[in-house]
Amino acid sequence: MAYENPDGIRIGLEIHVQLNKLKTKMFCGCSTDYHNAAPNTHTCPVCLGLPGTLPVLNKKAVEAAIKVGLALEGEIAEETQFHRKNYFYPDLPKGFQITQYDFPIVSKGKVVIEGEDGEHVVGITRAHMEEDPGKLVHIGSIEKSKGVLIDYNRSGMSLIETVTEPDMRSPKEARRFLDKFRNILEYLDVFDGNLEGAMRVDANVSVHWGTRVEIKNISSHKGVERALLYEIMRQKNVIRRGGKIVLETRHFDEGRGVTTSMRTKEEAEDYRYFREPDLMPMRVTDWIPAIKDTLPELPDAKRTRFMEQYGITDMHARSLTSKIMLADFYEGVCAKGVDPKTAATWAADVFLGELNYRDLAISSYDGRTIGFIHAKDPEIENSFKVPDMVELVTLFAEGKVSDRAAVEVIRTILDGTEEKTPSQIIEEKGLFKAEDDLVTKAVAETIAENAAAVQDYLGGAEKSLNFLVGQVMKKTKGTADAKTARELIVKELKG
Amino acid sequence: MAKWMSVAQVKEKIKESSAEEVTASYLEVIGKSKINGYVTVSDKALEQAKKIDEEGHRGPLAGVPIAIKDNISVVGLPNSCGSKILEGYVPPFNAHVIEKLLAAGAVVLGKTNMDEFAMGSSTETSHFGPTANPWDLERVPGGSSGGSAAVVAAGEAPFALGSDTGGSVRCPAAFCGVVGFKPTYGAVSRYGVVAYANSLEQVGPLANNVEDTAVLMDVIGGYDRRDSTSIDSKTEYQKALVDDVKGLKIGVPQEFFGEGIHPDVEKAVWDAIHKCESLGATWEEVSMPNIKYALASYYIIAMSEASSNLARFDGTRYGFRENAENWHAMVSKTRAEGFGAEVKRRILLGTYALSAGYHDKYYLKALKVRTLVKQDFDKALSKVDLLMAPTMPNPAFKIGEKIEDPLTLYLSDVNTCPINLAGVPSISVPCGFTDGLPIGLQIMGKPFDESTVLRAAYTFEQNTDYHTKRPPEVA
Repeated sequence: MAYENPDGIRIGLEIHVQLNKLKTKMFCGCSTDYHNAAPNTHTCPVCLGLPGTLPVLNKKAVEAAIKVGLALEGEIAEETQFHRKNYFYPDLPKGFQITQYDFPIVSKGKVVIEGEDGEHVVGITRAHMEEDPGKLVHIGSIEKSKGVLIDYNRSGMSLIETVTEPDMRSPKEARRFLDKFRNILEYLDVFDGNLEGAMRVDANVSVHWGTRVEIKNISSHKGVERALLYEIMRQKNVIRRGGKIVLETRHFDEGRGVTTSMRTKEEAEDYRYFREPDLMPMRVTDWIPAIKDTLPELPDAKRTRFMEQYGITDMHARSLTSKIMLADFYEGVCAKGVDPKTAATWAADVFLGELNYRDLAISSYDGRTIGFIHAKDPEIENSFKVPDMVELVTLFAEGKVSDRAAVEVIRTILDGTEEKTPSQIIEEKGLFKAEDDLVTKAVAETIAENAAAVQDYLGGAEKSLNFLVGQVMKKTKGTADAKTARELIVKELKG
Repeated sequence: MAKWMSVAQVKEKIKESSAEEVTASYLEVIGKSKINGYVTVSDKALEQAKKIDEEGHRGPLAGVPIAIKDNISVVGLPNSCGSKILEGYVPPFNAHVIEKLLAAGAVVLGKTNMDEFAMGSSTETSHFGPTANPWDLERVPGGSSGGSAAVVAAGEAPFALGSDTGGSVRCPAAFCGVVGFKPTYGAVSRYGVVAYANSLEQVGPLANNVEDTAVLMDVIGGYDRRDSTSIDSKTEYQKALVDDVKGLKIGVPQEFFGEGIHPDVEKAVWDAIHKCESLGATWEEVSMPNIKYALASYYIIAMSEASSNLARFDGTRYGFRENAENWHAMVSKTRAEGFGAEVKRRILLGTYALSAGYHDKYYLKALKVRTLVKQDFDKALSKVDLLMAPTMPNPAFKIGEKIEDPLTLYLSDVNTCPINLAGVPSISVPCGFTDGLPIGLQIMGKPFDESTVLRAAYTFEQNTDYHTKRPPEVA
């Protein structure tokens, strides 16, 4: 059934993405690998905007932008054209930002998301290239800061700003769009979303098909969803009280989860755009066929292939392809001859669940080892190896370990500091599945020791059976297969 | 030692004595200067010359001294652009043209005075005070590369580099009686040259004669990957120095002989055209109807670009800073104190021309006019090989005479700025005097046809003696 959108919500997004996988900055040869470097060490006269310097467009940045455009099924401009956006800010070393204006590299694309009522198309108005400014570091908090330090390491990084149509109808759809968008960019290998400042979002939202409000510079997908939920509630209440929504820009306070007014549109700055005279147009039409050839399999195509090739469910395929590195890891495991369906359950349900529980984000995959870093503390790192997953899935499939034991192995590896194979862990912790006679013995003992529960069960209390199974598991230290234990008890008591 | 030497003579002198001695002799002349041509005299020049002597004179300009306009970056020398706002700024990198010069063995004598950020036609807007015209110390040397032209005219350097945004090399060349050349847009890299109006300007030589101009062009010209607007034209400038104009067709655009032109200037330029005719060239009048809009278009484009280019001077990273209670106040105070009146005027006018509501009316219209002016040049130069006209409609004016009247001052660019809109090459060569003040002949050519321009200029020079005249006051 079609989604009715009872509150007439329209959400459009503007997403700034840093092309942080490029080796050099947008207009100079400075390295982009500055994330752990001392401030102002990845700079040169060009990205510091020293007088007399000139920009030289990084072809790789243009190629990456075209790649993104093609992945978004957009139209690619025949040539590049850049403008100056003029404004004063301490992080902006030239007093203007080189950006694209009325002639963006990408226009008219789309992204299909899982919407409120199934597949939903979000239109991409445009995607343009621009340079990142530097970064301000406040000494202390912003309000009480005694001073500001400027780090120009980020200055001149290549950005792509993508503008969507106001096609999203709920904060959840906005979140889904962002997840999908990031996923596509990571498939294209132009973007590492785990790096600080990699993605910043401005969200435009209106209710009852009315005036839109812009919420500026939100740094996480979760933040976007929260900001929108708050803002929609605020707007609905303003209207309920008979007020009017004004065209304005608002700030999202992550800590308090509220939006506050920054400025109304009347105060909007005049950026005095004009063509950047130091850059000549670069014709790119001829590049497109070659770039098309390098486009990887994208998430939707991979999902369909996974379902067909491995016979796995749509849900598993979706979850496994939600991260390119996880998809590759899964295929690495399957390539070793294990049952793909069993592997999918373990990789998509258990493994991914344990990662999310620990706030670990997948950050690398080299064909053998998948690495993670903690979402909030990049110092915390860990990894998991394909052969370990293969071994674990095989042991489980052969019935040598119980599902509980297998989960325990995964947890041990994720929490451990030493390198151990699943067999070693199973050995050390005594997790091998109990022999059948051991279980039989435990069942007999349990029945003998819990007469009351046995009576209750026979009297019709199904819950008592769970208690009895639990007792068997306890006696076997969890090595028994719960399903087998249950069957044995039922057989013993009911014949 | 002769004060005015051609580059060939300087090289001869270096062979006879040493680069160190030649540099020392120029430094001595500079020490006695009456014109305030240099903002900074390099304290490394002698050392540099000595090193060249030690290494054996390698490179086409080994040991030859040169003066550099103060908006072209030289490592270790302040690059002030004639402004207070760049106080204390020393560039950590060399401009492309400086790299080329140093590789050729040239010795940088120092940085020359200029109108603040190249905004002016008289070198009076400099924070370092005006430069005097060597022909009459009470008069301006022209601008904005007034320092470069004046030091060459006064014998304080064999040649110099300037930059030409709307006539800033040719105007002072005409006023000081030297040769000034603006190459085709893209022929010389702008990397390291502080931008006034990026889409208009080029670095260009100021020299005692056309040959030295070509020598310098052969060193500084050519492609540079750091300047996206640079083009590899592969021109060999010295090869163009042929004493022959037979068969060349000269166009004379009436629009360059407009109202207010000094009769002596008009006569000197016509005499020059007739001289070329006597040497075998032909001439015809050509019409360039849109030239009358060029000045307005030029100023709107130049000021618009300047308003953006000069935004980086905010006191945050380098140069002059006036402290205040917060960043915005600091920027305001710094810019209020650091920029002179003319720079502020142009930033304001440029900001206005780009503002919402005025952008289409002014900036966009100026771009359209620019296209029309370009078409005028294309059309005229499809019929003739060269255009000849006065560089400046009048000779050098008195210091202080026009500085309070910006509009009159702007009008003096009327014959030079159309060339920058079109991007074509143009040279100013001495072609006469009026009341002891030099007059400049402007020769314009097709894009990247520097060879024909230089050939005509060289032929004219070989058959006249204006370029051999020296200013008596500084002799």
